[in-house]
Amino acid sequence: MIQATELTKRYGTRLAVDHADFTVAPGKVTGFLGPNGAGKSTTMRMILGLDRPTSGSVTINGVPYHRLAAPLREVGALLDAKAVHGGRSAYNHLLVLAKANGLPRSRVDAVIDLVGLHSVAGKRSGGFSLGMGQRLGIAAALLGDPGIVMFDEPVNGLDPEGILWIRNLMKALAAEGRTVFVSSHLMSEMALTADHLVVIGLGRILADEPMAEFIAKNSVSYVRVRSPQPAELAPKLALRGWRVERQPDESLHVYDTQPAQIGDVAGAEGLWLHELTLVQSSLEEAFMRLTAGSVEYHAGQSDDQGSPDGPAVAGWGTPLESQAPQAPQVEERIQ
Amino acid sequence: MAARDSVMTPIATRDAGTGHAHFGRLLLAEWTKIRSVRSTYWSLIALIIAFLFFSWLFPYLTVVNWKQASPEQQANLYLDPIGSITGSGLFIGQLAVAVLGVMVTASEYSTGMIRSTLLASPHRVRMLAAKSIVFTLLILVIGEVIAFLGFFIGRQTFKSLVSVDLNSGNVREVFGVGLYLAMLGLFALVVGALLRHVAGAITGIVALLLVISNLIQLIPGRIGKYLYTYEPTNAGFVITAKRLPDNFLISSWQGYGVFALWTAVLWALAAYLLVRRDA
Repeated sequence: MIQATELTKRYGTRLAVDHADFTVAPGKVTGFLGPNGAGKSTTMRMILGLDRPTSGSVTINGVPYHRLAAPLREVGALLDAKAVHGGRSAYNHLLVLAKANGLPRSRVDAVIDLVGLHSVAGKRSGGFSLGMGQRLGIAAALLGDPGIVMFDEPVNGLDPEGILWIRNLMKALAAEGRTVFVSSHLMSEMALTADHLVVIGLGRILADEPMAEFIAKNSVSYVRVRSPQPAELAPKLALRGWRVERQPDESLHVYDTQPAQIGDVAGAEGLWLHELTLVQSSLEEAFMRLTAGSVEYHAGQSDDQGSPDGPAVAGWGTPLESQAPQAPQVEERIQ
Repeated sequence: MAARDSVMTPIATRDAGTGHAHFGRLLLAEWTKIRSVRSTYWSLIALIIAFLFFSWLFPYLTVVNWKQASPEQQANLYLDPIGSITGSGLFIGQLAVAVLGVMVTASEYSTGMIRSTLLASPHRVRMLAAKSIVFTLLILVIGEVIAFLGFFIGRQTFKSLVSVDLNSGNVREVFGVGLYLAMLGLFALVVGALLRHVAGAITGIVALLLVISNLIQLIPGRIGKYLYTYEPTNAGFVITAKRLPDNFLISSWQGYGVFALWTAVLWALAAYLLVRRDA
């Protein structure tokens, strides 16, 4: 169990972490999601006692990290950057850590086998690829068979096979009742592994809820309608009680309904349709929407972020002005 | 790899022992660190070879060129034969110790290893103490071994000119070599911990040893004498010398005490900053 209370880190005038409150519970994978520079690594480093909080506190099973008597038995961590001396072999790196906590040599062999570094264990880690370095970091994290594991961007540099491996590993660790806290800037990655989600943006906790809840709340779908007569079609659709948004490009986004029903309305009204598409907004978009105000570095054109539908963040258009009064006769005619 | 890993669950049996980060375990960890990187071996080989070679070379050249030597140089040999044997080897060898001392701490920062270190031993002062003890003892042992080896090599070489025998009056000059190197190693380790930057710390300490320690002699008057005497490496070096340099204000043991005091103060500062600063 990791518990952060009003956790704050300030660098000069910049608040890297801003009064963060969250709890990471055992038995599930908790995703720590945020854009680059949101404060994920800083938060993790404060949990591990590497960085000193400006104010607030964070505890591990009730005590700050620096007061843990058997640190590697309680917490294992893979940090974002390499935390090894490149001149030392993988085996000796793990042996140093094992000795510091009185862990038996058999643990070193066990974790080397677990991460599949057996063939290169005697080689100096300076020559390791990014993926091998990640595996060595994971081996170090699991050395003390800890009840809490923290991974900072673990899939970085891993090939697809390695990514699959670490996903399964994290799920297996959580299934054994351990606390698993994993950071990522990729919503898609989190959607595949995390049971619980803590979202951070510009140092502030923006969401802290079960993944299922986050999905239900944030996965939006709508029907995109193009018609040469949008001004006539829109009020007709609105009359059915559907939310209609008129886009700058004259297309309509219609919520709470299905394409077939819109087609029926248009047909009954004798209006032309050029496009009728069901658009499922992805979790990635939901995440971007959530953190839209808190991204530190925007790309040049914020209008083109790869969503299937042009503007992803601010592109929700303006709700149609005409909240037309109910017109029963129209409705009757349609039905 | 994939087929096995994808179904693999971590070792569920809790066979990892108690896992407490005792001081004794930190000593073992630091020892394991030192003996598992090549820079240790290269630096120590450089120290041993340089020291022993110069312990032979300088006496040999003295013997060969005895006839051409000035009366002053000849007198110098009779006055301080041990200094003639160990002085030049120490001058070179101390650089290897200084470099290694800096590496022991500063390379933890340049490589990122410090984060792994502090995760395993979050009590930072305890970690620094373990590192200091292991490294200082290592240099002390090696320093004493090469001091006496070098002395015997030099004595053999000098045999035709002067016989040098160890006695209670001069043995301090020989084991002073190990004492000086050990304290210098610890001093360099502390500088590395303070600066956290390998190149910066090495530059600083080499400048101190080779340039600053001598240049401050040029400052005139009593201030110059004080600065020269209390500069840490000058103060420490006199433990290896029979005669104190001109202008030196304190005794050999007092000088070594001054060096130790400098080191202790900087160690305390390094420990304080280690706790205060983000790793």
